[in-house]
Amino acid sequence: MDLDLLSNIFYAMVRTGTPLLLVALGELICEKSGVLNLGQEGMMLFGAVIGFIVALSTGNLWLGVLLAMSAGMLLSMLFAAVALGFNANQVATGLALTIFGVGLSTFVGAAWVGKPLAGFEPIAIPLLSEIPLIGRMLFAQDILVYLSFALFGLVAWVLLKSRIGLIIQAVGENPDAASAMGLPVLRVRTLAVLFGGAMAGLAGGYLSLAYTPMWAENMTAGRGWIALALVVFASWRVFRVLLGAYLFGLASIIHLVAQGIGLSIPSNLLAMLPYVATILVLVLLSRDAIKTRLFAPVSLGKPWQPGH
Amino acid sequence: MFEKSKKPLLRTLVAALGFSATLGASAADPLKVGFVYIGPIGDHGWTYQHEQGRQAVIKQLGDKVETSYVENVPEGADAERVIRNMAKGGYDLIFTTSFGYMNPTLKVAKQFPKLTFEHATGYKQDKNLGTYLSRSYEGRYVGGFLAAKMTKTKKVGYVASFPIPEVIRDINAIQLALDKYNPGTEIKVVWVNSWFDPGKESDAANALIDQGVDVVFQHTDSPAPIQTAERRGVYSVGYASDMAHFGPKAVLTSIVNDWGPHYVKSTQAVIDGKWAPQDFWGGLAEDTIRLPISDLVPADVKTEAEQIIADIKSGAFHPFTGPIKDQSGVEKIPAGVAATNAELASMNYYVENVKAELPK
Repeated sequence: MDLDLLSNIFYAMVRTGTPLLLVALGELICEKSGVLNLGQEGMMLFGAVIGFIVALSTGNLWLGVLLAMSAGMLLSMLFAAVALGFNANQVATGLALTIFGVGLSTFVGAAWVGKPLAGFEPIAIPLLSEIPLIGRMLFAQDILVYLSFALFGLVAWVLLKSRIGLIIQAVGENPDAASAMGLPVLRVRTLAVLFGGAMAGLAGGYLSLAYTPMWAENMTAGRGWIALALVVFASWRVFRVLLGAYLFGLASIIHLVAQGIGLSIPSNLLAMLPYVATILVLVLLSRDAIKTRLFAPVSLGKPWQPGH
Repeated sequence: MFEKSKKPLLRTLVAALGFSATLGASAADPLKVGFVYIGPIGDHGWTYQHEQGRQAVIKQLGDKVETSYVENVPEGADAERVIRNMAKGGYDLIFTTSFGYMNPTLKVAKQFPKLTFEHATGYKQDKNLGTYLSRSYEGRYVGGFLAAKMTKTKKVGYVASFPIPEVIRDINAIQLALDKYNPGTEIKVVWVNSWFDPGKESDAANALIDQGVDVVFQHTDSPAPIQTAERRGVYSVGYASDMAHFGPKAVLTSIVNDWGPHYVKSTQAVIDGKWAPQDFWGGLAEDTIRLPISDLVPADVKTEAEQIIADIKSGAFHPFTGPIKDQSGVEKIPAGVAATNAELASMNYYVENVKAELPK
């Protein structure tokens, strides 16, 4: 295998993994605080359509990104109100949010189908992007991919090194104890949900403004669900989320590249590869049951109200 | 193999629920016509064009018909449920518009012998079930001719969905045109195992371009491959809808499906009580497909392409005229003979010069 080919594969791996990474990081924070939001797909789609409409009508891509994030946050606010405010079942509320988001994005975007947009172009950083193998992967991407690197750093720092991270985890592990210590459990959870919404909106914006700059109904094609599964299989650890997202991207790309080279592996087997490979690796990493249990937020998905 | 992600399924459930709620009204005078779509009507591709066909029916037959559709219906068991719901709901004529709906449609058609069904791109008929498809291979052949003239790397690429006869036939048509107009040019095929996933379609196009392809064809339903070709500075041939505005510097032509005339004709036939099951093949001659050729193509090449189109229309030329051999060298269509519709409908082999291996 020649270097150019590998360099192309790595480049595409990051591109393909980025929307998954963004959603999964948001959901990770959300789940760490004890809230399971299955509405990722709906928030992504709503972010994608709003970002696209704003960018196309104002000509300002960054305004598109900003409003894509706000759109995701808006839907997550709805989730927070119902699931945290009224203490509804989180699974049901999340599913409803996805269905709502899919329908809403279709409705809002109906008039915007089939319009081309000049999206974010890749920016190659001089010299660095010429490093063999990893140069293009790390330094010739579009700006939203660079942003995803930064956001990964931020989330990793928050969860592993910061006081905020400890507060989020305390709330997710034992809300009663956290509350007794004077932590505002519901406020922390709401903020975590809003962060998750913004990240899902950003991931949607990445799809409609950079990855394939257009609006088409259902254009997320299940990426929100994959990201949700990634968080679980990564056993709620931030570096494994990164690994899982890029692994999934890598396997998706290899499936396509192998066919182009003419390897005669049945394509439907290859199409399974991303799922199988990602699950296998992450399950192997998490095979220590005790350690895994240590990382799973204990009160995940359980409703909580002050005074219980 | 024809799996879809979880979300369209959910959405279909919702669509079907809302749908059955509207079905209670008694079958009044207008003919009730239902459409089952594989993708969203906003895909700006395959389903979009079928929806345009439905609009044509409304426009031309007005209050003689009452139409409805269900979109995002996964192929398989779910499709059967949606089709049966329509049949139960008093629909007189039901169009199912994806290859994978073939067996579900046949099954429901047998259970509702008084209703009329038409299935797109399949090959199973019954007393009350007709089929219709576009001779998209005619468009692919002309696209293949343009690719042969425009390629510099002698490699063209194909973003393919599923290995069904329609897709295999279209790949073969391109290879035949390449053999004739630029011998030695190779077609590379990448299967994405999906009809609609813009991100994946774009990844596939990128993978092909990385391997030296400079004309990208697609047999999937979003404009993503075109957009990728435009960004990467290579040519492309659009499919289903006119996708030229997604790649003004890329799109040589688009194979545009126009289902309106057939839908209007079939619906009218049912209204008049004259409908009979048939296997309708609509090509350039029937205006079921159109090929708007871009000005990116030099004038002399364009003239030659127009000539090929005219010859196909008049019947003077058939893209699948023998001798045609499969990859192992076995003669499939004898010299001087044009393939029959039956041979085209069951095509399950690559022609001689396709380098790729057919997925099993």
